[in-house]
Amino acid sequence: MTSTVPSQAGTEPRVPAPKIRRSRGDRWTIAVMLGLPAAIVIGLVWIPTVFTVILSFARWDGIGGTSSIEWIGPQNYVDAVQAYPPFQQALHNNVLWLAFLFVFPTILGIFLAVLLDRGLKGSRLYQSIFYIPVVLSMALVGFVWQLIYSTDGGVLNTILGTDVDWLGNPDVNIWAVMVAASWRHTGYIMLLYLAGLKAIDPSVREAALMDGAGPIRTFFRIVFPLMKPTNLLIIVITVIEALRAFDLVWVINKGRNGLELISALVTANVVGEAGRVGFGSALATIMLVISLVFIALYLWIVMRSDD
Amino acid sequence: MTMTTPLADRSAPADRTGPRNRSAVANRRRLSAAHAAMYLLLTALALLWIFPLLWALYNSFRDYDYVLTHGYLSVGGFTLSNYTESWEVGGIPHYFLNSMIITIPAVLLILFIGSMAAFVLARFPWKFNVIMLAVFIAGNLLPQQTLLTPLFRLYNAIPLPYWMSSSGSLYDSYWGLILVHVAFQTGFCVFVLSNYMKTVPPELLEAATVDGAGLFRQYWQVVLPLCRPALAALATLMITWIYNDFFWALALMVSGDKLPVTTALQNLQGSFFTDTNLLAAGSVLVALPTVLVFVALQRHFVSGLTMGANK
Repeated sequence: MTSTVPSQAGTEPRVPAPKIRRSRGDRWTIAVMLGLPAAIVIGLVWIPTVFTVILSFARWDGIGGTSSIEWIGPQNYVDAVQAYPPFQQALHNNVLWLAFLFVFPTILGIFLAVLLDRGLKGSRLYQSIFYIPVVLSMALVGFVWQLIYSTDGGVLNTILGTDVDWLGNPDVNIWAVMVAASWRHTGYIMLLYLAGLKAIDPSVREAALMDGAGPIRTFFRIVFPLMKPTNLLIIVITVIEALRAFDLVWVINKGRNGLELISALVTANVVGEAGRVGFGSALATIMLVISLVFIALYLWIVMRSDD
Repeated sequence: MTMTTPLADRSAPADRTGPRNRSAVANRRRLSAAHAAMYLLLTALALLWIFPLLWALYNSFRDYDYVLTHGYLSVGGFTLSNYTESWEVGGIPHYFLNSMIITIPAVLLILFIGSMAAFVLARFPWKFNVIMLAVFIAGNLLPQQTLLTPLFRLYNAIPLPYWMSSSGSLYDSYWGLILVHVAFQTGFCVFVLSNYMKTVPPELLEAATVDGAGLFRQYWQVVLPLCRPALAALATLMITWIYNDFFWALALMVSGDKLPVTTALQNLQGSFFTDTNLLAAGSVLVALPTVLVFVALQRHFVSGLTMGANK
């Protein structure tokens, strides 16, 4: 597609187009082939997102018609920060969740990838075991781990001889749930990192070994810096995953009593019994703004390598 | 453990070659020790990793009353009744069917419209393609809750004839769920496929043009067949993701009998699964399709996940 015959239609953007005479029919084809998917994504994802931002400035119980909407400016945001204790808790938990994902599953996933990349016998079997949780839904992860944490007959209490209410006690349940989330996240990180490692020219590593660098030194001095794109992606993906976490806490106790997350608060405010549409939208907008920063970073990474 | 034999084999001839190779032998021995340690560590971690699943499987075959009197760490009380009960009383087959009604059309639609958009974006290198790609990709990465409220209202406001939806609107209908999955996942598909399609040699399409093939035929008969590996990988991923969806069914459905199986299990947890062994059996049944898809199509699943992230 290097040929640069200008497009003959005046309405088309004047950019290099391939060497084809586009007929009227073809132009319709293009419009439908790109327009239909774009319309679905814009109509059902982006326009509702914009409306969420607009609604975040309103007070509305969601039951009455749109005429019952009362515009109150940034009051919802002020309330969220000042007069809604669960929000503080959720913010705290979301940050904790993110930190936890970085410290345990990310490091462990990278470590496993490095070990498994060395071409051990049975490497495939080990890989499969580590990423089989990735194919399970988060909700199901919640059910499976309830069998471990349950107070009557849960494995953990039986083995430790303790009597801790792992999922009910608001001081410990967030930790218990983060362990379960990490169980699934580790395999994903391992997979991404394995793919990244495969893309590294083996001669680079050989050269480092020839120069007398040990495997650990080679990894930190040579391999890790070369993996910059993968490392960046893992950072972004982990942030987005931490922000989107929802299913796990919802199946356990609907995100209450120690398991508050912003996503669960939004859901509870919108579809729950509370019916505080404007307030829920303000919380959702806060999530949106945080996630857009990292989505932009993601786009920057993947688009830059496009050229 | 397995490492000791090759070590002995290797050290024997090395010793005969003289003192110069002594350090090499020591080095190799040290390496082998490191190897053994690696295996030990990996095996321990792998056992730890698979334990929750094996535990669920084990207990799904045990009688709740037996376990209550003998403790969970006991052996015995094996039964199939948890499976028959969750299958018959829990109505798992019905919810499986719901999941299929939602997943299959959604995956086909996503692949179809996603590949169309990808084709246009890959075929015509316009400046505004970057914006379009951003619209598609970012849409896929948004937290789902950010569009929940307006979508909820919109779905309630769009009427559907009763033969399509017993609720009379898009809300609480299979159509609504299929549509929201299509809207959310198409972006990922466009992203992966447009990258893939850029590797198609342009000469192929030029030849097709000369032969008089219109754009749609170039897409359908030339490019799409070439994308079969990518489509297979995406299909595997999409089946897993949509089947695993919990949030959308929770937010956009209200009738318990229309729920997909992942979300239905939560309701069953309250009403039928009063004992954990029954919940384990239900979980195993719900996990089975994705695990089977994974085992059968592992290569596609893995390449799909990394295609999106590393290209």
